[in-house]
Amino acid sequence: MELNQIMFFLLAGLILIFSLLTITSRMILRAAIYLLIVLVATSGLYFMLNFEFIAAIQLTLYAGGIVVLIIFSILLTSHISHKFEQPAVANAFAGILTGILGCGVALWSIMKFPFTPTTQPPLEVNMKQIGMHLLNTGNYGYALPFEVISVLLLAAMIAAIVIAKKGN
Amino acid sequence: MNFSIYDFTSFINWIDNSLNSYMSPGWAILVELVILGLVFIAFYAVIGLYLVLAERKVCALIQNRFGPNRVGPIGMFQTIADLIKLLMKELIYIKHADTFLFNIAPFIVIIASFMAIAALPFAKGLHAIDLNIGIFYMIAVSSLGVIGILISGWSSNNKYSLIGAIRSGAQVISYELSVGLALLSIVIFSGTLQLSGIVESQANGWWIIKGHIPAIISFIIFLTTCTAETNRGPFDLAEAESELTAGFHTEYSGIKFAFFFLAEYMNMFILAALAATVFLGGWMPFHIAGWEGMNNVMDYIPPVIWFFGKTVVVILIIMWFKWTFPRIRIDQILTLEWKYLLPLNLMNIVLIAFIVLMGWYIK
Repeated sequence: MELNQIMFFLLAGLILIFSLLTITSRMILRAAIYLLIVLVATSGLYFMLNFEFIAAIQLTLYAGGIVVLIIFSILLTSHISHKFEQPAVANAFAGILTGILGCGVALWSIMKFPFTPTTQPPLEVNMKQIGMHLLNTGNYGYALPFEVISVLLLAAMIAAIVIAKKGN
Repeated sequence: MNFSIYDFTSFINWIDNSLNSYMSPGWAILVELVILGLVFIAFYAVIGLYLVLAERKVCALIQNRFGPNRVGPIGMFQTIADLIKLLMKELIYIKHADTFLFNIAPFIVIIASFMAIAALPFAKGLHAIDLNIGIFYMIAVSSLGVIGILISGWSSNNKYSLIGAIRSGAQVISYELSVGLALLSIVIFSGTLQLSGIVESQANGWWIIKGHIPAIISFIIFLTTCTAETNRGPFDLAEAESELTAGFHTEYSGIKFAFFFLAEYMNMFILAALAATVFLGGWMPFHIAGWEGMNNVMDYIPPVIWFFGKTVVVILIIMWFKWTFPRIRIDQILTLEWKYLLPLNLMNIVLIAFIVLMGWYIK
């Protein structure tokens, strides 16, 4: 087995095991840390594919941003002795069923896609091009969605402040 | 094989080739990884120990005392003795703590700083990995360290630890923005995110000189924010010893405490090295156009010395901050970031974009 494959199986195994632990753990901060490991291992997969830009985005946004926010809100709201109860059998059953269904749909669509192996050398990820497309109004430009998302985030932030202030 | 201390590319290639001639490529990569890991661990130990000693000496100088001066000549081995003491100390078991998270927290902090140091260019051709998004990668991985601080505070089941962790979290999340934006200003000047590319772009002058006023503003902002990022004084609220005993690491003892301590100093080193690389030319010697004699003398000094010299200067400035400024309150810290530094930074970036557009910097 090649080193690449060993790395892939290692990362994939980490992702699988810790995803399962994330949803089965009954302690909320441990679940957040398992989620962190899943997200870091996913960025490891991107590093393996030589797509460092997406890997770093994954680290900043998910691991450094979202997980930190999750942990921060846990710190403010829950106590260390708090433990979630086991879910009711019917709920657990419905959850497992939905999970299997979703997994089936995902697997089906992946299997349907014709992955054709290629011998061409990997393309260099050009940061300048990514930046140009992100702020371009022309063809393949993402300026409009970029601005719409920032307006949406601004609205969400104002809403959060209004809710937090309560009546004042 | 001719090795030189001015260009390590041939030396690294020689190691790579000789390893590949002895064994299969897969094993060669594994051996290289192990060598790299050992080199960095040794580097961590040495730099960490001597930064602690330097901190105590600088503190003593500013407070008009001698500082450590008993173990070895001028106290050279004091921190080594401290390390041996820390290694032998008992790891206290906390009864009502979340043991798993409590034990994993110091490792998260140290792994985050270990990931960040991999991208630093120490000299020409002397870096573990030269990513084409170097700066962005360093910002990304350095944001992971705060997770370790947060969970250490929560899992200790101690109110001082929790308050320290929450303060640290609020502070680090806020100042991360300004660190990124201050670095972005130099990225606009140099037009690349690759750290080696940024160093190469400073061959005819450092960005702090070439970029004149806006570059100096972002350098000052970067120094302030990286002091806050590493939880050092005057922003050391996370471990304010007069009010929180020791903040997030109150419950830690022995080697686990040493990990937090080491990570704090190594983060300071990494951020100072980043400041040296981005603003002060990294391993590039100091050149003034036209002064050929002086430029040749400067070229004679090896790049590694330039790199560490600049880093040490930045570290000394950060230490000077700690021992001369009084600690500020948490609301003042957050006000400073969100109301002053961030708007200033954003305006500075617009100014820099304008300057680059008009070509009003030294090329």
